[in-house]
Amino acid sequence: MTIDWQSFLLTLELALAVAAILVIFGLPIAYWIAFSRHRWKFLVEAVVALPIVLPPTVLGFYVLVALGPRSPLGRWWISLTGHTLAFTFTGLVIGSILYSLPFAVQPFAASFSAVDRKLIAASATLGASPLRSFFSIILPLSIPGLVTGMALTFAHTMGEFGVVLMVGGNIPGVTRTVSIDIFDRVQASDYAGANATALVLLAVCFGVLAVVYGVNRKAWTVDPVK
Amino acid sequence: MRKNMRCVLGLALAACLLAGVATTSALAESGSTEIVVAAAADLSTALREIADNYEKQTGTKIKLSFAASGALTQQIENGAPFDVFFSADMGYPNQIIAAGDADRATLFEYAVGKLVLWAPADSLLDVEHKGIDILLDPSVKKIAIANPQHAPYGRAAEATLKHYHLYDKVSGRLVLGENIAQAAQFVESGNAQAGFVALAHAASPAMEGKGKYWVIPAEAYPALAQGAVVLTHSRHKKEAAAFLQYMKSKEATDVLRKYGFTLPPG
Repeated sequence: MTIDWQSFLLTLELALAVAAILVIFGLPIAYWIAFSRHRWKFLVEAVVALPIVLPPTVLGFYVLVALGPRSPLGRWWISLTGHTLAFTFTGLVIGSILYSLPFAVQPFAASFSAVDRKLIAASATLGASPLRSFFSIILPLSIPGLVTGMALTFAHTMGEFGVVLMVGGNIPGVTRTVSIDIFDRVQASDYAGANATALVLLAVCFGVLAVVYGVNRKAWTVDPVK
Repeated sequence: MRKNMRCVLGLALAACLLAGVATTSALAESGSTEIVVAAAADLSTALREIADNYEKQTGTKIKLSFAASGALTQQIENGAPFDVFFSADMGYPNQIIAAGDADRATLFEYAVGKLVLWAPADSLLDVEHKGIDILLDPSVKKIAIANPQHAPYGRAAEATLKHYHLYDKVSGRLVLGENIAQAAQFVESGNAQAGFVALAHAASPAMEGKGKYWVIPAEAYPALAQGAVVLTHSRHKKEAAAFLQYMKSKEATDVLRKYGFTLPPG
């Protein structure tokens, strides 16, 4: 009935890594979605939203087969790293990044879009470059959206199951995440262990989300005119 | 513009509702009897053919659901609406009988499964001649087996590795498939360089020419005596029992043999 803390640590590592990477990659994409005026913007938005609709097994399938050793991309990866994408922590990170992309980009883009355009215009007329406007005006006013996006990404990755099941290989300490551990225990009739693990996961996720949402509005809201 | 949008939305909603009604009425109308079969993943090739033959002969429709024997046991113990359970061992059927979810009188051993060590056809490993020794080759970075916790073929693979005193050497390179079919898929896709799979899978027509394998000697693992049983809560017990009876027929056993299963003596 002992809880497998190694799988918890692994899952936390995965969730934090994915959240951090998605901030770096998600911000430019969200900026483009919020401020670009290309006619085909809707296509990009649809692609970004795809992981919400597609079952994780689709992603798992592509990582296993389309990025596997028999594909050109897979062979390139092997020549670079010496092993396949599947059955590695990196493989999980990449799969989870793709799977959690909309959970980061959409809140980011929504909060960028909500920034008063007059302030951005004012910043431009005062001589600030777009980059400077981004860091001085847009980013500070979007922090609640950024925090929401990161929190959602973190929570979504903590609960990741489908992709991990497809490509993880269930290796303890490498790809055996908490969701896989719970699944294994249920299949082995260890209901007590499954229950204990599930409760801890629930408590951890709830705690993190409660803190984030509780602090989000009050701490980060910037009043532009004080 | 708004009026057009409302029309489009209304039409879309109506179409959805119509589709829903049509589907439910179609489901209700199907008159022929249907049995739902829960089967171990190693049967995914052989049982499909047997079920096809049975359907043509008797008109009873057979719905197949493949998963690891342990997974199916869990589902059955928690009320899954299956009529028959084909396990890859005798342990799980006995567990279900003890829990009151299956009829002991219907339990019988329908086949003996075999485990093989499989490598893709383009692999440089000479598994057909070197057998288990290929696992010591440095190019074998990942070895796929089914999860021993809930898949009988996984337990057999583990026993085999221990029999040849290789378990400690290779345990760090094992990747666990949810069931024997997923383990096979890990090797087939090239992500694992070798794997322990069911002979039923390796010898199936779909795998012709895709791989080479070595049949693990029977003394290396406890025999995979595979049992089938009718479930207590089945609402089609007569049809379920008839299908199990068909499994003993020459036609069915011929198919089982074709896929590498052996029949229990007697």
